Amino acid sequence: MAETAAFPAASLPGPIPVGEILPWAVFAGLLALIALYFIGAEQGATAVFSGMGVHEFVHDGRHLLGFPCH
Amino acid sequence: MMGQLLLRGMLVGILAGLLAFGFARVFGEPQVARAVALEGEGGHHHGEAEAGEHDHDAAHDPGAGISRGTQAGIGLLTGTTVYGVALGGVLALVFAGVQGRLSALRPRATVALLALGGFVALVLVPGLKYPANPPAVGSPETIGIRTATFFMMLLFSVGAMILGVMIARHLTAAHGAWTAWLVGIGAYVVLVALVMLMMPTLDEVSGSGFPAGTLWEFRLASLAIRAVVWAVLGIGFGIAAERVLARGNHQARA
Repeated sequence: MAETAAFPAASLPGPIPVGEILPWAVFAGLLALIALYFIGAEQGATAVFSGMGVHEFVHDGRHLLGFPCH
Repeated sequence: MMGQLLLRGMLVGILAGLLAFGFARVFGEPQVARAVALEGEGGHHHGEAEAGEHDHDAAHDPGAGISRGTQAGIGLLTGTTVYGVALGGVLALVFAGVQGRLSALRPRATVALLALGGFVALVLVPGLKYPANPPAVGSPETIGIRTATFFMMLLFSVGAMILGVMIARHLTAAHGAWTAWLVGIGAYVVLVALVMLMMPTLDEVSGSGFPAGTLWEFRLASLAIRAVVWAVLGIGFGIAAERVLARGNHQARA
């Protein structure tokens, strides 16, 4: 491929071992999902906390980031 | 190396979130303010909105009086920043998985393509079927179905894109990269089109009396805010990834 010619294969490090990625992927992937849930969906169709505080606080962000809001 | 990549992905995500916040303040908030004013005037589907306070869910919880200033300020900043950091982290993880496996491209090119794919699969395509709605559009009674269909559309879109990439990979050896990727992209387009046909259409705009011009500007701003996030991630994390991998390579050889 033309792209690889500009960046010789010899200088490309090999793939990062799956064993190194997996623990991070599980941990950070889960955190990312939880974070996105609280920004995008908490106190909408489902709620972990009662009330509307979280929903109201991120209200504008939720609308502008395209999540379904109230 | 994974920890390094993840940290940098999230740091670039903070930058993406901050820039998206600035963009949203200028291009998105005017439409939100107009919609909230309409919501207050008409009472639409929501409870009363007090002057200066967006208390549209007063019926559910009278105590959650968070001011418009908070919503448009620190609330919006929290939203865009958490969004940026979370997606920056995910981008770093996916990059670590595909670099040197699916992709023989140099790191910044891989990152740029991943960010483009992320924008298309997570923002553009789901948004074609279920576009962003401003306040005052959408009845609280339908939040269940709207949430379910939105996230289902998102999952189908990501799944179809992964399938498209797998098809392209499979065909590359026999038919060349050009043909293989055209077929892969075509498969993605056909799959999401079929899913969109089968998923229910939710139209809560028609009949709501919401001004069409404001709606268009709101949706355009919403799309652009997320384009800002993905552009910053695609360029910024590309630079970071090149550095991390170059350093890793140096250490491996030493």
